[in-house]
Amino acid sequence: MNTPLSWIRDYVPDLQCTDKEYYDRMTLSGTKVENWTRFDHNCEKIVVGRVEEITRHPDADHLWVCKVNIGTAYAADGYNAENDGLNGSSENCIQIVTSAQNLTIGDVVPVCLNGGRVAGGHDGGPMPEKGIPIKSGKMRGLPSVGMMCGIEELGATRDMYPEAPENGIYVFPKDQAAELSLGSDAMEALGLHDTNFEYEITSNRVDCYSMLGIAREAAVTFGDKFVPPVVTVRHEGEKDTKDYIDVTIEAKDLCSRYVAAVCTDIKLGPSPRWMQRRLANFGIRPINNLVDITNFVMMEYGQPMHAYDYDTIHGKKIIVRRASDGETFTTLDGQERKLDKDVLMICDADRAIGLAGIMGGEDSMITDSVKTVLFEAAAFDGTNIRKSSKRIGLRTDASAIFEKGLDPHNAIAAMDRACQLMEELGCGKVARTYVDVHDILPAPRVIPFEPEKINAYLGTSYTEEEMLEVFDHLELTYDPDKRELTIPTFRQDLKQMCDLSEEVARFKGYDKVPSTLPKSSATVGGLTKEMKLENIARDVAMHYGFSEEETFSFEGPKVLDTLRYPADAMERKQITIRNPLGENFSVMRTQTINGILTSLGTNYARRNDNVRLFDLGKIYLPKSLPLTDYCDERPQLTLGFYGEGDFFVMKGVVEDFLKAAGLKDKAAFAKSAHPFLHPGRQADVSYDGTTLGYLGEVHPEVAKAYGIGARVYLAVVDLPALSPYVSFAHHFAGIAKFPAMTRDISMVVPKQVTAGEIEAVIAQRGGKILESCSLFDLYEGAQIRPGFKSMAYTLTFRNKERTLETEEVDKAMKKVLNGLQDLGIELRG
Amino acid sequence: MIQEDLERIRQEAKAKLEEVKTPEEINDLRVALLGKKGQITAILKGMKDVAKEDRPKVGQLVNEAREAIETSLESRQKELEAKLQEARLASETIDVTLPGKTMERGHLHPNQVALREIEEIFIGMGYEVVDGPEVEKDYYNFEALNIPANHPAKDEQDTFYLGSDMLLRTQTSGVQIHEMERGKIPIRMIAPGRVYRADEVDATHSPVFHQVEGLVVDKGITFADLKGTLAEFAKGIFGEDTKVRFRPHHFPFTEPSAEMDISCFKCHGKGCSFCKNEGWIEILGCGMVHPHVLEMSHIDPEVYSGFAFGIGLERIALLKYEIDDMRLLYENDIRFLKQF
Repeated sequence: MNTPLSWIRDYVPDLQCTDKEYYDRMTLSGTKVENWTRFDHNCEKIVVGRVEEITRHPDADHLWVCKVNIGTAYAADGYNAENDGLNGSSENCIQIVTSAQNLTIGDVVPVCLNGGRVAGGHDGGPMPEKGIPIKSGKMRGLPSVGMMCGIEELGATRDMYPEAPENGIYVFPKDQAAELSLGSDAMEALGLHDTNFEYEITSNRVDCYSMLGIAREAAVTFGDKFVPPVVTVRHEGEKDTKDYIDVTIEAKDLCSRYVAAVCTDIKLGPSPRWMQRRLANFGIRPINNLVDITNFVMMEYGQPMHAYDYDTIHGKKIIVRRASDGETFTTLDGQERKLDKDVLMICDADRAIGLAGIMGGEDSMITDSVKTVLFEAAAFDGTNIRKSSKRIGLRTDASAIFEKGLDPHNAIAAMDRACQLMEELGCGKVARTYVDVHDILPAPRVIPFEPEKINAYLGTSYTEEEMLEVFDHLELTYDPDKRELTIPTFRQDLKQMCDLSEEVARFKGYDKVPSTLPKSSATVGGLTKEMKLENIARDVAMHYGFSEEETFSFEGPKVLDTLRYPADAMERKQITIRNPLGENFSVMRTQTINGILTSLGTNYARRNDNVRLFDLGKIYLPKSLPLTDYCDERPQLTLGFYGEGDFFVMKGVVEDFLKAAGLKDKAAFAKSAHPFLHPGRQADVSYDGTTLGYLGEVHPEVAKAYGIGARVYLAVVDLPALSPYVSFAHHFAGIAKFPAMTRDISMVVPKQVTAGEIEAVIAQRGGKILESCSLFDLYEGAQIRPGFKSMAYTLTFRNKERTLETEEVDKAMKKVLNGLQDLGIELRG
Repeated sequence: MIQEDLERIRQEAKAKLEEVKTPEEINDLRVALLGKKGQITAILKGMKDVAKEDRPKVGQLVNEAREAIETSLESRQKELEAKLQEARLASETIDVTLPGKTMERGHLHPNQVALREIEEIFIGMGYEVVDGPEVEKDYYNFEALNIPANHPAKDEQDTFYLGSDMLLRTQTSGVQIHEMERGKIPIRMIAPGRVYRADEVDATHSPVFHQVEGLVVDKGITFADLKGTLAEFAKGIFGEDTKVRFRPHHFPFTEPSAEMDISCFKCHGKGCSFCKNEGWIEILGCGMVHPHVLEMSHIDPEVYSGFAFGIGLERIALLKYEIDDMRLLYENDIRFLKQF
């Protein structure tokens, strides 16, 4: 929504403010100004001048030497015989050389004086940021001490000033020129000393999609009087509108009111300059009085109107009905539109003549030969218009307003205004009465006035009088006996106490509402257990040099092929987005490794070394498809790196995380078979029989697919699976009082026997006194015979209650050694 | 005789002591003088030849000599050790300007850095941090928030749909409803999480981003409480001297509604390129929970009132850390992440 400030001042004549003040105060009272632009931006020293003489330049065919009378500006701006280019030969005249070809003697034109500035070039190209300075100089040897301006040079367009010539100086129309004094402000005469404000209007304020709506807000904001137009219609036609037309609303659910008015004796012509300027400043190109009136009223009242050529309407009938499926219709832009039964049509006795609220038809459009006009002002269902306009793919100024859902009471007010303008502009005669078809219109809403509730809700202490003053400004009427407020119908958004409290607060100023903290009940804040676990994951990951990444929750279905998942993998049961941004964003992820591999790939491509990332995003597992209920959203700790480190570095991080999460015992690692991992370097992690996740080296084919030319390691822990075992409790177990005894075992082990198996035997056979065992040497190579490896462990024994006896340890060791020998292990000396 | 011997030994010891250069030599000297076969020991052994009545006096003399020798041995030893240590320390001098040894630490995502700050502030004010579903029912994302089936806001938000009734939440506000439906009042919660809108990726848009929802419901909660709470929040995040400004706005699920601006922390409200010359930067939307929303969640608006707010997490992170392109947040270039 845009408004020129001058138009607002028509309805708030006392409004005194700078552009900045208007911007600030309107924004703070709830009509947010997004932007403002001055129409006279970069235009300085532009005055009205008259061309007194034109002669061809002696040395250039395309140039003209003009003597221009600038009246009072001559003396005021410091011109004299030395600098006027004419040696003071003509009173108040200066010499200007121009290449424009459209001038004749007597033309009144805008002139930029020496030292002035214009907004842009005559070609209408992009405006330079600081405009173009104008200075006296010589053109082909002759002095030129100013510049006559084209409309583009003044920052405007031919759309706004249709009378302006293409490639030439703007010439004031003769009737206006007669009223202008030479040397006066030409920007004023052009109506360009004005500012256009652009607002963000919220969806609840339909009434603010109009000049009157914004003006009303401005009046209340500044505490000035609101002066809406005084509308009276003379109705000089000989007949009633019903004598011309019969209106039937068949689709009552989609059209709550239809007001029709016939105007006869139409005299088409240009609209008056004031109206053209209003539309021009708004960016609407003036066309003729009839069209300009409908546009003007649409802007002023926020009620789109339509004008039909009455003589093209068949059977004196207007029927408002739904289209049939597959029906086609040619709109006045010449396009054929395909319709369906949810599109509302305006029809005559035989055929459709308009797409209700969107655009009229080609057949009934106004042409120069029009004699009688049928005006329409209606209230259509906003949702229907919005949806129809979207389906048909045609959004117009009218539909954009209709789709907000209009007040049916506004239709009659707008029709009155349009008819008044028809009469005032001598455009035609208005029939004696209108046709006005509607069911019972909604009555104005009545809300109890409860000042103490408003204050309690806001935390304020306004007096009743202060509140009533705001409501009075807003045209709410107060009944002091019933203590009730009647809401004007254009304020559909005011329904209850909380709405009224907002009106009071915003016009009294949100800044005047005190700033307090809730006084009520104390509560204890904190994170959930799951969030704490995630923070532990972050701490551990960061400790090991992993940085946190964020990746999208949706991706393409093909990533599962890249990751070599088999056709029947669980991960392929994915939630599909019905309206995705593209195939690559079309399914909710069921694994997080595509995300982290993509990030690692990005880093690899950018030649970043040793990159370690972690992720705490979720996977989304549907319980059933198609999706009808909540899915299982499972946060995953995903770790990934390339560069320094190997499988066991990753395993160490996972083990440390599980320890930090408070797991009592060690998790088990068992060889796994994930298709995207190296077949010999991967493991599932489990605890107490529950699978927690996996880790491993990425399969070279997969790494290659992500553009990573290094070994990549991944680990994934499913946090909900881990959650039941998590404990944040710490128990001090005491510091050992009695000495420990250690024994080393050195072994030659068959290659297929794993450390896990050895440690299981040691743990099982070591007895209660075994405190720990740790691998301190592993060797495979030349000194060991093929098929074997050398391993060495330190076993630590301790009794918490007393000092150990050597015999006890010997006994335990013997059991351990026997067990190890059963695995085919040889002990070394 | 003995006296003379003692005097001689002491003189000799003194001379030798001046010559020794290492603690080992001192030790040798100690053995030579005081050891089992040492000179002093030898004199003691000769005591049997001394007249009985002279023995105490002589013994005393011997002991004096012995103590004197010991003392000088010791002090000489300390002197030598100190010299040696000094020499060793001098030889160990390092170039302190050589680089320090660090372990490469990991970094939090800037979103998370910002979130932790936000959480800290609200937890301090007694707020629980709660989680809500991202894959959400239409009811919780729209209807229960006063956005009925045909409301234009439903179109405006460009919702991703997953099924007839299921969608990716476009706002965290649905968590308000889940929390109110639990029926435990007072409520003080914030709910951070991902939200989704069908926006193409560019410098200021992402189809996936984060919000932090806030909700307080209790008896006697006022619009003034909302202002005060969010002013505290703004100070906590952007500094004690941050000013806030509330502008009227419209959200279907709050009334009155507002948007909160903070004074530009670069120019302190004077106007600069960072705040587009406004002096203010828009931070969040907020308002009093609409009574109809309370009712739909089975809370009596005649008894209770509440306020709610929604913070764009990325917006806070981008502003606070002066990140000029939102795409950086989801590219995960380590050179970017390392800066947080």
